[in-house]
Amino acid sequence: MTEQFDVCVIGGGVVGCAVARALSYYQLSVCVVEKEEDIASGTTKANSGIVHAGYDAKPGSVKARMNVRGAALVRQLSQTLDFPYRQNGSLVVCFNAADLPALQELYERGLQNGVQDLRLLNAEEVRALEPALSAAAAGALYAPTAGVVCPFGMTQAFAENAAANGAVFRFLAPVTALAADETGYMVTTPGTTLHARAVVNAAGVYADRIHAMVSRIPMHITPRKGEYMLMDREVGDLVTRTIFQLPGKQGKGVLVAPTVHGNLLVGPNAQDEPDKENTATTASGTADVRQKALRSVPDLPWNKVITGFAGLRAHEDGDDFIVGEAPDAPGFFNAAGIESPGLTAAPAIGEWLAGQVAARLGAAPKANPITTRRGIPRVAELPPAERSKLIAQNPAYGVIVCRCESISEGEIVDAIHRTPGAVSMDGIKRRVRQGMGRCQAGFCTPAAMAILARELAIPVTRVTKNRPGSELIKE
Amino acid sequence: MQYHDLVIIGGGPAGLAAAVAARQAGVQDILVIERDERLGGILNQCIHNGFGLHTFHEELTGPEYAARYEQQVRELGIPCLLRTIVADISPKREILYVNAQEGAVTLQAGAVILAMGCRERPRGALGLPGYRPAGIFTAGTAQRLMNMEGQLVGRRVVILGSGDIGLIMARRMTLEGAQVQVVAELMPYSGGLNRNIVQCLQDYGIPLKLSHTVTAIHGKHRVTGVTLSAVGPDRRPIPGTEETYECDTLLLSCGLLPENELSKAAGISLDRVTGGPVVNDRLETDCPGVFACGNVLHVHDLVDYVSEEAARAGRNAAAFLSGAGAAAAPIPLAAQQGVRYTVPQCIDPARMDDSVTVRFRVADVYRDRCLTVYYDDTPVKRQKKRAMAPGEMEQVVITKQSLLEHGPVSRITLCVEDPA
Repeated sequence: MTEQFDVCVIGGGVVGCAVARALSYYQLSVCVVEKEEDIASGTTKANSGIVHAGYDAKPGSVKARMNVRGAALVRQLSQTLDFPYRQNGSLVVCFNAADLPALQELYERGLQNGVQDLRLLNAEEVRALEPALSAAAAGALYAPTAGVVCPFGMTQAFAENAAANGAVFRFLAPVTALAADETGYMVTTPGTTLHARAVVNAAGVYADRIHAMVSRIPMHITPRKGEYMLMDREVGDLVTRTIFQLPGKQGKGVLVAPTVHGNLLVGPNAQDEPDKENTATTASGTADVRQKALRSVPDLPWNKVITGFAGLRAHEDGDDFIVGEAPDAPGFFNAAGIESPGLTAAPAIGEWLAGQVAARLGAAPKANPITTRRGIPRVAELPPAERSKLIAQNPAYGVIVCRCESISEGEIVDAIHRTPGAVSMDGIKRRVRQGMGRCQAGFCTPAAMAILARELAIPVTRVTKNRPGSELIKE
Repeated sequence: MQYHDLVIIGGGPAGLAAAVAARQAGVQDILVIERDERLGGILNQCIHNGFGLHTFHEELTGPEYAARYEQQVRELGIPCLLRTIVADISPKREILYVNAQEGAVTLQAGAVILAMGCRERPRGALGLPGYRPAGIFTAGTAQRLMNMEGQLVGRRVVILGSGDIGLIMARRMTLEGAQVQVVAELMPYSGGLNRNIVQCLQDYGIPLKLSHTVTAIHGKHRVTGVTLSAVGPDRRPIPGTEETYECDTLLLSCGLLPENELSKAAGISLDRVTGGPVVNDRLETDCPGVFACGNVLHVHDLVDYVSEEAARAGRNAAAFLSGAGAAAAPIPLAAQQGVRYTVPQCIDPARMDDSVTVRFRVADVYRDRCLTVYYDDTPVKRQKKRAMAPGEMEQVVITKQSLLEHGPVSRITLCVEDPA
């Protein structure tokens, strides 16, 4: 039997979840199909976690419009949907006086894009703000409105809010065929076939393949790999603001930034990659990131690196977001080529695209959608008295499983029972940070595996790191 | 606020031995705080034998060794909180702990003994390139899963790092039917005890490849293979030496790191080399009344030495509680020329015991050298050593008498020298 929906969103990354959430505020039935076992499993899980102020994008581009609106939405939604966000500001640092005109240009572009509170700083002002910066810093563009966000936390918040408003999620459901008919599209996945009146393509690095299933208009996405290193929270305050490098002859540069959880993040480089699944880190990539980052902060403590990872940006040949209905495929909407500042732009893309889809389908907004969501309590961050109160209500909040990040059993159980909930070790980790600390899950893996097996009522041999095939234990 | 004379953080071998010794030295009000659901710490997963040769003059398994101390703690009636984590220590020895029964509780300690042990260096800190699939475990995690949870982590195994846990796990996994193909070690020498190389690798025909490292991890979801490369004297991979092993598991035994996040919260100074607190001959940190022992202080290779050291910490904490004053003029110990560090880092001749055992590790493999102790510029002790290696902890004893006889000393130096 074919399931019927008004809208099928292909892709459960931050963009797909943002679109699904915005659609769920309309009188529409929504289904998200995701090829992995969980949301936030592609580009969303490996990026810089930056809320860009909006001076980068070319004025008039879709990127510029979505960025500035998105930054405001992220700030606002972090309150109502309870996800970690901090407005720490950003600096684009120029290391060569000859490049100062380019900094000025960036400043003016920011003004044109409508970015608030931008300021140009001289060398002394830069060093006063960020003492760890290289003495070579000749000036900087300061954007106080930039911030850092938890990419997983934001995506979960969007997904849970969408689910609360009736959206459903289908995991391990890669779209293998998409065919137009008189009333919409048949969406085929290995497990099920569903029919939707409209389709939103938020398939990340695969968006060109999905697009090509229904449209003849060329679209070509190049996965552009970026490698990162994450440092211990002990050195998370080395810089306060996100430190970018002014793009110049030496390339786009890399950033050094505190994460919203207090680690220090260094990266990413950029390397075009033919394989849409290749998220392997490389020795050359690591060396590249290290060498570039030292230009900004000469004393980066490399012995504090706790992990490295790589992500794939979905770069479209036209160098802009492709957002909207495909001209030759009525009812098929793209959210494609969503590379930086895609994380920032996601809620704006969701808001705008949902409006377009609703208009196409003639759907009215819901009278009383659920507009707030509470995150999983971060128990260790509570004052002792409140923490004790919570533990009295649920003793599992007093059993610390992950010692490095102080994550309790209660939080892990919550992560599993949210909708959509964690079904894998990575799913738990991305929801509550179990195993994200300095020991990288060395101590808490056995306990977390046991909790996941117990809560899902599966044998521990079926506990996976992520999708099936990533079982941790051998039969 | 609750008060206890002595709070011991950690109920592993160090914490238990410290508790027993402190009670025997007269401390009545002791509380041991342990994060796991049982006492004994990492010994519980060390089901192989070889523990206790020095302490009990017999060969015990890890759990048996732990049980001896647990038994004493129980007989002495020392209270232990289990499944309880210490979240914070202040420089004034206020401790915040959390558990399911009591919630978040603050207590004041008269003295504190840090005995939190160490953790393993994870893959991310090693910068190993490749995918991040399932099937990469630190050796200790695999050991826990296998020995305590009864779960086999893999069938075809490559091990990187020749630390003791890795060597022990090579044998353990072989005995469980897994095929351990190779142990690779970045350095030109092993990081583990020689006896483990013989008993865990050579006896089972498992090759040890020195000066090799992992240069690729294959498999997006579960490990499907690992590429090893030889490294040059600069420890960088040599192109063209790649060899790929098909396997489903990569175990890492690449070093242990003392767990001192709480020590840092208390403002305690740490030694850059050991990663543990800087201590005087009483094993007291620079936070008065806070002592440290076991692997949180520096990583040991034998639990017997941990117990001995911890007992000293226990006795010294007892002395502190009965009013022993602060150190007067401690003499710094300098680790030089082949000696990487010393524990303790200073000795107070006025207050020291009749003799103090100074433990240290050397920086390289040395044959037929001397270990020399200098009081300022005077060599006062020269021990001939046929072999020394970084994987084996060394020790030298400094006596109070020798220091007093020598007259004022401003520095004690340990170094490795050619035989004169």
